[in-house]
Amino acid sequence: MPLVFIPSAMRHLTGSVDKIRVEGATVRQILNNLEAMYPGFKERIVDAEEALQPGVAIAVGQELSVLGVLTPVNEADEVHFIPAIGGGMV
Amino acid sequence: MAKKVIVQANLNDNDTEFLSEPRQSLLEVLRETLALTGTKEGCNDGNCGACTVMVDGRIVNSCLMLAVEAEGKKITTIEGIAQADKLHPLQQSFLEEAALQCGICTPGFIVAAKGLLDREPKADEHRVRHWLAGNLCRCTGYDKIIRAVLKAEKEL
Amino acid sequence: MTTTENRPQFKVVGTRPVRHDGLEKVTGKAKYGADVILPGMLYGKVLRSPHPHARIKSIDTSGALKIPGVKAVVTAKDLPIQSDKMVELGEAHANMKQIAENCLANDKVLYKGHAVAAVAATSPHIAEEALDAIKVVYEVLPFVLNVDDAMKPGATLLHENMVTRAVLGGKPDPAKQVGKSNVSSEMRWVGGNLEQAWKDSHVIVEREYFTKPVHQGYIEPHVTTVNWNPDGKITVWTSTQHTFGVRQQAAAILQVPEGMVKVIPMEIGGGFGGKINVYLEPAAAMLSKKTGHPVKMVMTRKEVFEASGPTSGSHMKMKVGATKDGKITGWQLWLAFEAGAYPGSPVAMGAMCSSAPYIVENFDVSALDIVVNKPKVAAYRAPGSPIGAFAVESTLDELAEKLGMDPMDFRLKNAAKEGTRQITGAPLGKIGNIEVMTQVKNHPHYKSPLPVGPNVGRGVGMGYWFNIGMQSSAALNVNPDGSVSLVTGSVDIGGTRVAVAMQAAEILGIRAEDVIPTVADTDSIGWTGVTGGSRTAFATGIAAINAAEEVKKQLIARAALMWEVKPEDIEFKDGLYINKKSPKDSVTMKQLAAKMMMTGGYVTASATANPRMAGAAYGAMIVDVKVDPETGKVDLLRVTAFQDAGKAAHPSYVEGQIQGGAVQGIGWALNEEYFHTTDGVMANSSWLDYRMPTSLDLPMIDPVIIEVPNPGHPFGLRGVGEVGICAPMAAIRNAIFRATGARMYHLPMNPGSIVEAIGAKKAAGHTNGAAKK
Repeated sequence: MPLVFIPSAMRHLTGSVDKIRVEGATVRQILNNLEAMYPGFKERIVDAEEALQPGVAIAVGQELSVLGVLTPVNEADEVHFIPAIGGGMV
Repeated sequence: MAKKVIVQANLNDNDTEFLSEPRQSLLEVLRETLALTGTKEGCNDGNCGACTVMVDGRIVNSCLMLAVEAEGKKITTIEGIAQADKLHPLQQSFLEEAALQCGICTPGFIVAAKGLLDREPKADEHRVRHWLAGNLCRCTGYDKIIRAVLKAEKEL
Repeated sequence: MTTTENRPQFKVVGTRPVRHDGLEKVTGKAKYGADVILPGMLYGKVLRSPHPHARIKSIDTSGALKIPGVKAVVTAKDLPIQSDKMVELGEAHANMKQIAENCLANDKVLYKGHAVAAVAATSPHIAEEALDAIKVVYEVLPFVLNVDDAMKPGATLLHENMVTRAVLGGKPDPAKQVGKSNVSSEMRWVGGNLEQAWKDSHVIVEREYFTKPVHQGYIEPHVTTVNWNPDGKITVWTSTQHTFGVRQQAAAILQVPEGMVKVIPMEIGGGFGGKINVYLEPAAAMLSKKTGHPVKMVMTRKEVFEASGPTSGSHMKMKVGATKDGKITGWQLWLAFEAGAYPGSPVAMGAMCSSAPYIVENFDVSALDIVVNKPKVAAYRAPGSPIGAFAVESTLDELAEKLGMDPMDFRLKNAAKEGTRQITGAPLGKIGNIEVMTQVKNHPHYKSPLPVGPNVGRGVGMGYWFNIGMQSSAALNVNPDGSVSLVTGSVDIGGTRVAVAMQAAEILGIRAEDVIPTVADTDSIGWTGVTGGSRTAFATGIAAINAAEEVKKQLIARAALMWEVKPEDIEFKDGLYINKKSPKDSVTMKQLAAKMMMTGGYVTASATANPRMAGAAYGAMIVDVKVDPETGKVDLLRVTAFQDAGKAAHPSYVEGQIQGGAVQGIGWALNEEYFHTTDGVMANSSWLDYRMPTSLDLPMIDPVIIEVPNPGHPFGLRGVGEVGICAPMAAIRNAIFRATGARMYHLPMNPGSIVEAIGAKKAAGHTNGAAKK
């Protein structure tokens, strides 16, 4: 089952649980399952149209996802919700 | 608007006549009137050297010189540095040494460096750094520019 | 110097061909944004606020419109966008309404230099004179210039309805909000057991740091030319790092379909992150719409300083502990960054990057984004990371000193490696952190004795940047002479045309010179992300590789057709297409290209890539300084800059990125700052007073390229553009300590502040005083 890391700012929803295994073959399924367990979880990650909230990015494994809630998730994957990274430079 | 003045100057080896408002800088006239846009504007207050041209063999920030002051002078811009299809050794060494990144400061550096090498063809690193201290580059950290100038000295 | 792991040798990648666009740039022929001249073109100028914070009571433009030659005036009321609209711009979300208000202030001006109105006239001089004839009535308001003042109870509010948003914390509940705030958002990362960590610590160091905003300092000012035709088609000739981003922003602010906007990239005279957001385009577009003429606008240098760029000033606190043998126990970091007039500082990046070189298990990291009455910050080379690194790398240096450990031994003891979890919980991929640290430790510079003489010292620092991937497109057209035209949408800001062309050449087995690269406008190439985030050589390179692979596949089919064999009977080796059934039959690409018309027509291919594993970059600096204790002047005696490039596509331009980043960091360390008067006005808004490094201030910068291949790229490339700016501030600061015994806690470390610190040290009679403001 994929392992979801709970961001510090959301652990009050999970009773301080910082990581949890959740069923789901996509980020959307995982978010829906998390929402059922911890009401209020999903809206912190995505808006009503399931677009990522400003400043939020999803990483599955070591890769920053570009598919948002549609990102496929494998059984052994880790899922992270992290602040989005903007590019600079040159 | 003050009446425009006719100015006669030798520009990149061509005798040239142009009209200029008394308040216009040489930089503005070169770029906007004469379409010599190789001379760049970085600050318009004499601090970056992107607009460097040669006036009677001396390097000048063209933003600080009025176009009407060019009367009777010999002006060389970046467009006049290469001879026909042959690049100046400085231009060649800037290419080979990767001495440019964005390239906006490059015309000013090449004209300024030519001003040095015309006088002091064997200037050492410190002298090159001192001479070019009036030209700002934000991309390269100057390292490759200094190397390119020192390399061009050997080709001259 | 380059160190390379054992791996296949490349023929083109890793060599140093002359860049394709170089000749036009050394002869002055290259066309930059300000070189655009169009028929009937008008010139635009901007009226800017003299106040750091004021309400606009009224704007009377009638006087300006009476001046002969003045054709139109616009204000915020002319901008179609009137409500909040979030769009994903690059990888950061941006509120288009705020970007529009930054281009033309609506009801309030939020910083000195904030645009209020714009004029179009037949000459730039007339436009400038007309600005004086616009009458604006302001109600001047109190202002705040730094994070601490902005957070004080009762501080003037820039945005009266703003409440602090906890990132990932959901919608703020206004009922629970104690009050409105200048703190736009806060983020926090907590892990492990910090209380226990402090108990386990043999040494704890707690320090406080302050830094000032600094500008990207590109030599070319912001410039744009916009033509809005009556049929609704808008063309923008501009100097930008992201053509498609300009299209997106212009369409959102002007409320037109994106397809109606065409953005033509001119050569760009530097950007470093500062040329991603639009500043002039909305006003130029509305002036063009009103007049029916193209309108060109160029900022003055003063406007560039006062109304574009900079990156954040900051206040940071760090507490870090270690065991006797040098293992980091606890890590507490508090970062408060100035966002400027609108939310959006890179504070989260500062928080995440600064711990990335280390194994940090027990931590509490907080990041605050705070609005102040200064220009809205823009991205600047590894946004946020250099600021955080100044605090972290400085504190760790003191910790190592207290432990009596060599600073690199201490870092190596705590070095993060593949799989190490970052404070977000996400593990690091394949990285070159330990390789960079080891190279520093073993480098002749590090092992050499210090130059002889008093007040000489050596310092080191590390740096990290994520690097980003994102979408890029490329198109290849094979020419009958065997050359290949390469079209991309990536603006070339420092040699990426050649770096990308080399990757296509590598696949096709041809010379870099046989690939002819062009940067196309938004109508002529597939969607392509920003030239930024150190992504271009990496991601656009992959798009070019993919297109080249497709060309190769087609050429193999052509060869098979010619020899009446199957494509699988063709072997491609060293640029030759060989008939395996009859190995004497072999042709070059040139020969195949010459026969294209006989074998089915011209060969073309296009590709889009959206790679994700950009391969994070680590960098480091060793610096030797000599300090004059009387004047406080710091001379740099020797600088060595290290960076993991994965694989350096064109080593000269990789070195250039390392050297350029190092020198921007050196300027940030020693000279550069936004110096505001008590009136809220930037007092040093010219290059004479802002004082970026000149050639005379610097020694040669010795670049060391380390190559730990990125598994996310066919040739192992990592992004190289940004990380070089992260290490210098702390490295120089640590060197100044060894030269003088004085610890610095503020940037810039200018002569006055160094004299003061040396004096304070003498007065205190010890060397480890806490930070004093």
